[in-house]
Amino acid sequence: MAKGGGAVSAPVLPPLPLASFQAAIEFIFTPQSSNVTGGAKVGGLEQVLELTLTQLEVTFLALALALAVALPIGLYLGHRGVGEALAIGLGNAGRAIPELALIAFMAAAIGVGLLNVTIALAILGIPPLLTNAFVGIRQVDRASVDAARGMGMSELEVLAKVEVPLAVPTLMTGVRTATINIVATATIAPLAGVLTLGDFIINRNVYGDDGVLAGAILVALLALALELSLAGLQRALTSKGLKVSTA
Amino acid sequence: MSNAAPAIPLAAAGEVGGDFFRERSADSQPCQAKTNVLFCFGWAKDNIGEYVSPAIQHVELVAISVVAGFAIAFALALLAHRHAWLRPPLLGATGVLYTIPSIAFFFLLLPITGFGRDSAVIALSAYTLQIIYRNTMAGLTNVPPSVKEAARGMGLTERQILWRVELPLATPEIVAGLRIATVSTVALATLAVFIGAGGLGEPIYEFITFKTNIIIAGGLAIAIAVCFDAILLWAQRRSTPWRRAAAQ
Repeated sequence: MAKGGGAVSAPVLPPLPLASFQAAIEFIFTPQSSNVTGGAKVGGLEQVLELTLTQLEVTFLALALALAVALPIGLYLGHRGVGEALAIGLGNAGRAIPELALIAFMAAAIGVGLLNVTIALAILGIPPLLTNAFVGIRQVDRASVDAARGMGMSELEVLAKVEVPLAVPTLMTGVRTATINIVATATIAPLAGVLTLGDFIINRNVYGDDGVLAGAILVALLALALELSLAGLQRALTSKGLKVSTA
Repeated sequence: MSNAAPAIPLAAAGEVGGDFFRERSADSQPCQAKTNVLFCFGWAKDNIGEYVSPAIQHVELVAISVVAGFAIAFALALLAHRHAWLRPPLLGATGVLYTIPSIAFFFLLLPITGFGRDSAVIALSAYTLQIIYRNTMAGLTNVPPSVKEAARGMGLTERQILWRVELPLATPEIVAGLRIATVSTVALATLAVFIGAGGLGEPIYEFITFKTNIIIAGGLAIAIAVCFDAILLWAQRRSTPWRRAAAQ
């Protein structure tokens, strides 16, 4: 930190903290006065709850849309064993999409609002879902699939009763990656008119540095909570036989 | 509800963007005032120079973050390779760092490192740890035991086996992780503008309602990601010549 040499180094005073965790926690629980809202208080549990619910709402809507688009395509391509270049290539290309540019472009080109943000966020979720659905189904042992066909299962039954259950861990990896991407980017949704917890972070002039830090804490906790729930869901969805074999 | 809505009258765009968006066209209505135009080629030609320094800043931000992330993750993977008991806690810890959204991470560092590049680099490199660590571990684990056995039989010490046998064989997986981490970081670094670390997010955020601007800055970010990816792939091919020989 302290530059400048010499044997005698002057004691460097610690920089004034821009925000403290204590003040941020206070901001979360009790409304604080702001210097731009003209007396109206900001923060507090009520607003936190409202913004959290909006962030969850837009996250789940986008995830549902992404699942509805990516899952049928990924499962179909994986089952037929075609379109590897598309499924893998899209997954790689999707990572390169700059989040800020995507949200800004959707807002500028199509307009602001919940629907447009949902579409923009779904675009981020589709690549990992598609790639993992494809890879998960392809990784299923061909002998198991042949055995299922030999038992007289239809193609749809093979997919639903054999391939999908065996692919659950990989499928869920895709769901978790997509969810993390979506909930993280939902933080900048206020730029497109949807007020999520990111509003605390982006509108620093309204909420102050304590509000910014409070927003960061809340967004981090929300993402971790979602990730933990999905890990639990994955454990619940994995068939018992598979858990024994991996143990 | 819509205090963030782009309701700025675009006719005044020349003022809003300040110096960065100076109007040079002699037309009565400048292109950036026409909301229905997707891309203003004339404006782009006149102003492309303004994007050079944010782009360089972006590249620096990504390079520093990925190099730091790689150094830490690689060291952690070597430790975990030697001491198996470290694997679950390291996977958990890097997983938490990966899950925390970067934009939140930037501002969690606000009381500690404040505004500026330090916070951005710490958060972005923390994000890369899990990806690089997992791939390095996978690469080391996938080395066939028979190969290590043969190396031991030839009289190599454990240290020699690691550096001359295991790591070279794990290189493709390590580089694969590095590529994923780098491309993701290029995209995420557009958010560094919020913590005051510049990069291509700066022009985007400065004039967020102007499509031409977003396309140029976003396109540059994608181009940077593609370049990094190609360089890493090339480096991997150069460093593993035996794979080409085997493929022939």
